Amino acid sequence: MTGPAIHRLPLNAILGTALVGLLVAAILIGLFWMPYGPIAIDLDHPLAPPSWAHWFGTDQFGRDVLSRAMLGARISTSIALGTVVVAISTGTCVGLITGFLRGWTDRLLMAASDAILAFPGILLALALIAVLGSSRSSIILALSIAYLPSVARVVRSAVLSIREREYIEASRVAGDGTIYIVLRHVLPNALPPVVVLATSLFGWVVLAESALSFLGVGVPPPAPSWGNMLSDARPYMEAANWLSIVPGFCIMGTVLGVNLLGDALRDWLDPRGET
Amino acid sequence: MLSYIAKRLLLAIPTLLLVAVAVFLLIRLIPGDPAQVMLGEGADAASLAALHHDMGLDHPLPVQFAAWFGHALSGDLGHSIVTGEPVASMILQRFQLTAIIVLVAVLLATLIAVVAGLVAAWRRDSIIDLAVVGSASIVLAVPSFWLGLVLLLVFGLKFGWLPVVGYVPFSESAAQAALFLILPIVTLTLTQSGVLTRMMRASSIDVLRQEYITHARAKGLAERVVLSRHVFPNAFAPTLTLVGLSLGHLLGGIAVLETVFTLPGLGRLMVDSILARDYPVVQGCLLFTAFVYVVVNLLIDICYPLLDPRVTTQ
Repeated sequence: MTGPAIHRLPLNAILGTALVGLLVAAILIGLFWMPYGPIAIDLDHPLAPPSWAHWFGTDQFGRDVLSRAMLGARISTSIALGTVVVAISTGTCVGLITGFLRGWTDRLLMAASDAILAFPGILLALALIAVLGSSRSSIILALSIAYLPSVARVVRSAVLSIREREYIEASRVAGDGTIYIVLRHVLPNALPPVVVLATSLFGWVVLAESALSFLGVGVPPPAPSWGNMLSDARPYMEAANWLSIVPGFCIMGTVLGVNLLGDALRDWLDPRGET
Repeated sequence: MLSYIAKRLLLAIPTLLLVAVAVFLLIRLIPGDPAQVMLGEGADAASLAALHHDMGLDHPLPVQFAAWFGHALSGDLGHSIVTGEPVASMILQRFQLTAIIVLVAVLLATLIAVVAGLVAAWRRDSIIDLAVVGSASIVLAVPSFWLGLVLLLVFGLKFGWLPVVGYVPFSESAAQAALFLILPIVTLTLTQSGVLTRMMRASSIDVLRQEYITHARAKGLAERVVLSRHVFPNAFAPTLTLVGLSLGHLLGGIAVLETVFTLPGLGRLMVDSILARDYPVVQGCLLFTAFVYVVVNLLIDICYPLLDPRVTTQ
């Protein structure tokens, strides 16, 4: 029935590790050394094509694109990590509470999460940032609010099936308190889907942050993020295509790498299931 | 069946109410006098006082909300600060273009996803499967606006086959309008097909494991019939749910693409009004997109039992 088992090779783990490794290396090296100052303007060499002096060329202000992409990696990744941490931790709390307690708390919190989910994520984040003001922490807050309900839903549905298991019943009969049961038995068993979700979430946030920056409400300049580098590159699309190609591939490589690692992680945590 | 529909309808009401409360409160989150916020810095005292009266700012919050929501229900979403136009007609005018792009793209993406997902699941672990999974993963990782820019660069600037900037309304020339919409639709189709294909493949794999598939094959049914009559209807339901979720979200979510292709759609209206601090328009757009999202998903929920009759009995 099935052909040669190409897919059985841990291709996604290998490729994912390689791509994420490249990202981590770029961030770590960038902490200590960058070829040029990422916001240093050099008006003698604007829009210089890739060369030995500037591997990825320079932008309209003569700023080195490689250095900007390295700093952009740090900024984009820190926003994505921050959002994942905030959304996953609060979402897990909400999911645990609603899934385990049921009743009116559940109904109320789930109705609220339905309401948040009814807004297009990007536009909700955009509106929140407009209200909060444009900064890295308000991007993290806005994106966390937009993605929190998805996390809460995944945790809640995992908790709903866990709470019916025998070991929960056994723990209750043994006289354990609710908080103890939730922390000791429910949380650890609900974690695998959350870990997998965290990797997808990371990818979504990198894409969302780049879109926000592209629309001009993301990371404020002159600090580079891949999104605002793309936004700056737009007028020079034809004359200096490296300006659009470099940040585009940075975003794509990062999201692809993290998604592939997430797939590998899911196969490893749940070897039978594909969903 | 009727009670199922009634239950779904009732469940949508609290969601819509909460959406309205959230949209209403968003403006109150901004520090300062809401009327001042709505009118901007340069407002004169007379119009400020008029708006104060209109918004009922001297009444308690619940009363203000009831008045605002009542107006919204009757189709009055207020007036734009910048142009003075009624918000509702601005939204409806922009909505057509966005709806065309989103509907066509999601339809095409669903077709691609169903075929590619089914075949990949059927020939699991083959080269075809690897190619499908690989391209779906790549497409998922590409920022839609970047893909749009690259397509513009190649087909608009390099080859000069398609127009680069601007838009001609359908009412003026349908053929011209279609030309402008090709690239946005292709971009959106590609980016949406990734997630839908993965979903279709995963649920097809699950269905292919079921005993009734083995039974159908044992009966001697051709593989084509097994796939179209037995695998597809059972595997399509989760994908359809995802289609509903993306349909609703894309109405506002394609703002970035509308920016890249300079199209006057709903998403672009919303982004422009956020940047211009035109809050009545922002509120109207948020309320409208959330409303469409709830209605679309309600319709999908109601259609669901046609695919899977077990749903109604749960």
